[in-house]
Amino acid sequence: MHARLPRMLKDSAITALVAAALGIFIVGFRTYDVGKGLTFDYQFVDLGIAVVTIFFGRLGLLLAASGLRWPAFLLGTVLGAIGASPLKLPSTFLHWFVVFAGVFIILRTIWPFIDEAAAKSQRSAAGASLKQAGAKWFGAALLLIAVVLPLTPFADQQTMDLAVLILTYVMLGWGLNIVVGLAGLLDLGYVAFYAVGAYSYALLSTQYGLGFWTVLPLAGMMAATFGLVLGFPVLRLRGDYLAIVTMGFGEIIRLVLLNWVDLTNGPAGIGSIPGPTLFGAVFAENAPAGRQTFAEMMGVPFNSNQRLIFLYYIILVLALVTNFFTQRVRRLPVGRAWEALREDETACKALGINPTNTKLTAFAVGAMFAGFAGSFFAAKQRFISPESFTFIESAIILAIVVLGGMGSQIGVVLAAVLLIGMPEWFRDLGAYRMVVFGLAMVLIMVFRPRGLVSHREPSLRLHPVHRRGSA
Amino acid sequence: MAYFSQQLINAITLGAIYGLIAIGYTMVYGIIGMINFAHGDIFMIGAFISLIGFLICAALGINSAPLAIVLVLLMAMAFTAVYGWAIERTAYRPLRGSFRLAPLISAIGVSILLENYVQLAQGARPKPGGGSIVTGGFTLFSSDGFDVRVTWLQIVIVVVTVVLMAGFTWLIASTSLGRRQRACEQDMKMASLLGVNVDRTISLTFVMGAALAAVAGMLFLMYYGVVDFFIGFLAGIKAFTAAVLGGIGSLPGAMLGGLAIGLIEVFWAGYFSSEYKDVAVFAILVLVLIFRPSGLLGKPEIEKV
Repeated sequence: MHARLPRMLKDSAITALVAAALGIFIVGFRTYDVGKGLTFDYQFVDLGIAVVTIFFGRLGLLLAASGLRWPAFLLGTVLGAIGASPLKLPSTFLHWFVVFAGVFIILRTIWPFIDEAAAKSQRSAAGASLKQAGAKWFGAALLLIAVVLPLTPFADQQTMDLAVLILTYVMLGWGLNIVVGLAGLLDLGYVAFYAVGAYSYALLSTQYGLGFWTVLPLAGMMAATFGLVLGFPVLRLRGDYLAIVTMGFGEIIRLVLLNWVDLTNGPAGIGSIPGPTLFGAVFAENAPAGRQTFAEMMGVPFNSNQRLIFLYYIILVLALVTNFFTQRVRRLPVGRAWEALREDETACKALGINPTNTKLTAFAVGAMFAGFAGSFFAAKQRFISPESFTFIESAIILAIVVLGGMGSQIGVVLAAVLLIGMPEWFRDLGAYRMVVFGLAMVLIMVFRPRGLVSHREPSLRLHPVHRRGSA
Repeated sequence: MAYFSQQLINAITLGAIYGLIAIGYTMVYGIIGMINFAHGDIFMIGAFISLIGFLICAALGINSAPLAIVLVLLMAMAFTAVYGWAIERTAYRPLRGSFRLAPLISAIGVSILLENYVQLAQGARPKPGGGSIVTGGFTLFSSDGFDVRVTWLQIVIVVVTVVLMAGFTWLIASTSLGRRQRACEQDMKMASLLGVNVDRTISLTFVMGAALAAVAGMLFLMYYGVVDFFIGFLAGIKAFTAAVLGGIGSLPGAMLGGLAIGLIEVFWAGYFSSEYKDVAVFAILVLVLIFRPSGLLGKPEIEKV
């Protein structure tokens, strides 16, 4: 046998042992309430199966890494088969766990071939031009799909709901991309500006009767003002301190929303927020006094889907505006200053760029788009409460940007579809969604720190040459 | 006066717990310059392991409180330390040399992972327990018809904290491990050239930080008598604030900062409004970072090109 096998076995055993130590209390004993205090039962079988899976999983990865492809492949197949078989494991989760371990090993085994094939196809002229064309047309194709989606027969209520949700996150991701991707400022409190936008619309519409289209720019301005006020004192700080301070601000705003009951109605939230109107027509079965419903205006029968489709197009346009703005601003001096600042702050200072002002513009612009998205969110939900604006929302938006590849616009779309859409499609895994989320953030940082779409077109080329090798 | 004294006693107890967590932040920041965002959740894991440990002790019929406490303490420290080690090994070590924000993002991922893992394994509802192990106390003095009470538990918390602090100060100041840590803190490359195993030293730093967080977790459990999967977030931020306030990278600073945060939180809640006590702590964090990022006892950081 292979000379390194004993070492691999030892390594796998250590990994399994560590996994057992990690799991023994938290997984091995499950506590539950029995009226007067707690009691627990044992889940050692579950833990044991997980640990054994980890042992073989680690072994498989080591085998694959040292070139023993066939044994690794076999091991992966066996694990996958066990997981997928009707064999009674104690929980569905364990089935998934074992299957994933198997799939992971198989992927690791064939990875070198995929990698090589991809590299080879990129080296060839046809592959390179195909990739360029793909990058060019992929966005256009996605856009086309997005525009015609509501007109297709797939557009039932569930799909449209999900599509609106995904697009909201795409917009937030694009907004945060200005701050994180372009300007390189890690903002962990982005949801605060989203909240400002949402509460601006909710309060102005329920208290003063202002319409969605009037409030939308106001909400954006309000959020941008918050961005300026909060950003001004803190943007001199270094990267990680800035991240923590922005998180602090995010939490402060949430706690104020929660406790300032006179203004925000506290934890009970604000309800019956009016939805957006189209040329004064409302989307409801019966119009309030003095208003017209959309169905009456168009002379078509009422359908509850009309409202959703209308909302869908609003958020699509808002998101596209964000994208268009970003694409354009990258060619302006301020956009170039953002990217330059991300790369080297000291050099920028030497060249006469004022870092605080430049960062402040990025921060405020990002906040403005969050404000737009927030006011859309309030109009869509018709009810908002501080619970929608917790730190985890900021983390999700950040995860979308990071997973997409910081600074990549199309990457944000893919990541939003993946992170927001997937858990909805796989309802079974709903409870594990956030676990997978956290794990994905770690794995991306470890294996692909530049994100899914790591290629980023430079905004500016010194010599406008496109041939490979000469740049 | 009596009310003030009572608040002071409560504040010192709370501050001791924050200080213990803050040490983990400060040591890790000192040695590799990263904010270990998941440290608050390590503390939460420590509290959960303690909770389960106390339940097991009860099930095994160990009724002596000191014995149960010592057993659970050792168990929680050991097993939480494994978490610290494993997280550093898998989520942070591969990122050394990546871009500056990569470890922070990874740490946020770990934090989300740990919270939801515990929520899945143990349920989302608050778990009561551990609150009735050390009970009783005595009245220090009374004035204006108000008794100032010190509970035995508060004394245990302060004593444990002081002993651990003394031990750690000694460990950093005069053992070879402490010397290695300080060497890595000053210049990692030079230390490795001189034969210090840098990876191992960093691992041990994480292990020590996690063990201290586990102690804090156990004390927190005994003090409040309830834990849930989300306690790590707020406690972690408060402890981080304490570390920054005291001067990140400084051990006495972490303790001092912990006490300060305890005082601010308790007195704010006692004299102004308990709703806004967390806002007060966040505001302190923001103010310190803006006006004195080096903290009370820290050295100013010089930015190198």
